Amino acid sequence: MKIIYADNNATTKVDKEVVDAMLPYFSDFYGNPSSMHTFGGRVARRINEARASVAEMINAEPEEIVFTSCGSESNNTAIMSAINSFPDKKHIITTRVEHPAVKSRVEHCTRNGYRGDFVPVDNLGRLDLDYLYDHLADDTAIISVMWANNETGVIFPIEEIVDHLKGKKIIFHTDAVQAPGKVIVDVKKVKVDMLSLSGHKLHAPKGVGALYVRKGTRFSPFLMGGHQEGGRRGGTENVASIIGFGKACELALKYGAKEGAKTAKLRDRLENSITGQIKNAVINGDRENRLPGTTNISFEYVEGESILLLMNEYGICASSGSACTSGSLEPSHVLRAMGAPYTLVHGSIRFSLGKYNTDEEVDYIVEVLPSIIERLRKMSPFWHDSQ
Amino acid sequence: MWEYNDKVKEHFMNPRNVGVVDNADGLGEVGSVACGDALKLTFKLDEEEKITDAKFQTFGCASAIASSSALTEMIKGLTIDEALKITNDDIANYLGGLPREKMHCSVMGKDALKKAIAYFRGEPLAKADGELVCNCFGVTDLEIKRAVAENRISSVEEVTDFIKAGGGCGKCHDRIEELIAQVHNTEPDEVKKPSPLTNIQKIRLIEDVIDKEIRPALKKDGGDIELIDFEANNVIVKLRGACANCKTSQVTLKNLVETKIRELVSPELTVMEDGKDENYIC
Repeated sequence: MKIIYADNNATTKVDKEVVDAMLPYFSDFYGNPSSMHTFGGRVARRINEARASVAEMINAEPEEIVFTSCGSESNNTAIMSAINSFPDKKHIITTRVEHPAVKSRVEHCTRNGYRGDFVPVDNLGRLDLDYLYDHLADDTAIISVMWANNETGVIFPIEEIVDHLKGKKIIFHTDAVQAPGKVIVDVKKVKVDMLSLSGHKLHAPKGVGALYVRKGTRFSPFLMGGHQEGGRRGGTENVASIIGFGKACELALKYGAKEGAKTAKLRDRLENSITGQIKNAVINGDRENRLPGTTNISFEYVEGESILLLMNEYGICASSGSACTSGSLEPSHVLRAMGAPYTLVHGSIRFSLGKYNTDEEVDYIVEVLPSIIERLRKMSPFWHDSQ
Repeated sequence: MWEYNDKVKEHFMNPRNVGVVDNADGLGEVGSVACGDALKLTFKLDEEEKITDAKFQTFGCASAIASSSALTEMIKGLTIDEALKITNDDIANYLGGLPREKMHCSVMGKDALKKAIAYFRGEPLAKADGELVCNCFGVTDLEIKRAVAENRISSVEEVTDFIKAGGGCGKCHDRIEELIAQVHNTEPDEVKKPSPLTNIQKIRLIEDVIDKEIRPALKKDGGDIELIDFEANNVIVKLRGACANCKTSQVTLKNLVETKIRELVSPELTVMEDGKDENYIC
């Protein structure tokens, strides 16, 4: 069966050029970059080339890039670095719609002597900036606000927030794993102190990420060990993946804008066709300010896992914010924060398109989805009650 | 992705008996949109109170739909007395097993069946007796104890798998753990404890424990404690001295004060600080 992969916010296919760049670093050039011999030294040089590519993608300097194992590690590192570097500061601000890597870490801190404020969003998923500004405190150690939301694709006004905070001695971190390759990320223009990246969200492999740390920012390592990454992150480098990550960033910088525009068109067509053909289908999130490939649609009176499993029968891959797909029993905290009623939350499906999706694939999804929703609605007591 | 076996998948893909029986004799509705699953079961009886037809409408995941489908197949041809003997395990077994995290779907089937039979018999619906433990999913202590006993459950995660309690904000996890412990510590012939302590006895004991065990420990760090009130098994205290401003006072409260009081007075007691908002202590 052909796979229609519409789950690119979860992970992406590794680009062929990325794989080719990585392959020599498994069995041919397998030296340890920390070794004294040239065999290892040449690997270290390649890592620094990759560092330069990652930096260039976000308009940073190479020495401002710290490689990590994933976006979650980058997020944890940023928050722990800020609170360990400023031990007198006991307050953290973040949002109610962050990825669990930020949310869980901040919640953990609030159980251990820190105060946390969680910025709410409106029903379109837009941040309440007044809340954020009103809750700044003298002992705020860090503010962490994601660049773009993974579930709805809503992009947050990071530049506006950072400009507002100018002159305040508060570390500003942004989890930007969903952004690069889709929208422009430029740290010279948007002056964040720290920014998290993840390889597998932009066609590099899983198991590699990076943290941008602006020059002059106080830093305290999260993973202690050797002197790798300038003493900022211990552990022998995931060489091949880092090199692949570098390649992927190079490609994202070169083609990202063009691919983003194409993906946005596909997404708009998918979204309009679905809402045109299926009754009681509601788009979640601010359509004006969204990542190009993401659409989050709720189908009232049906449950997300059932939709996913039926789409799976047709080879269509997507995600849901329903409780049954979350591993716990709590439905999407993002949609709940937006005040979406439960009828919408449990029936929400996220399609996230990427550079490999085609017009034919969109046609196929639009062709099979209405019958799937109809089939489940026929079984649903709430659908019958509503009619 | 949940790992469903072929039979569950088959019942999900081709559910039996979808719909509502005309002029139903039995009607049972359980669940809600908020919970993420709901089931409406209807059945028809013949003169001998044998179920001749049964249909369902379900809002929910694949295992909820498969469990509903299985249930309707299982009860057809049974008398209502026979049907009442069906347990959630029977429903899961009929389907060749459900993932542990999805056992609550089979429980929903059993509950709908009980309700539908009560409807037919004109019995008043059993009130949700007991103390509400899980606010997120509206589950009481009695329901949790029953699930623990019936399914030989030993952890909070399993309670969540079976009846959802504890699957939301997580604030009730401590209480669920206590309930599990209570079920396992209660031998059948011990169900009625000989003579529970009266409130006056409890207060005296609590004061004694605070004087002899807790205050000396707090004084070492320049702190103190005072018993403010006692009601409905809640011990209200005030931390004083160094403890009053200490950031870890909540930890002290739970780890030292509550542990000692539960150990030496009674395990069902909860210690709370007077006037403190407990919101983010999960």
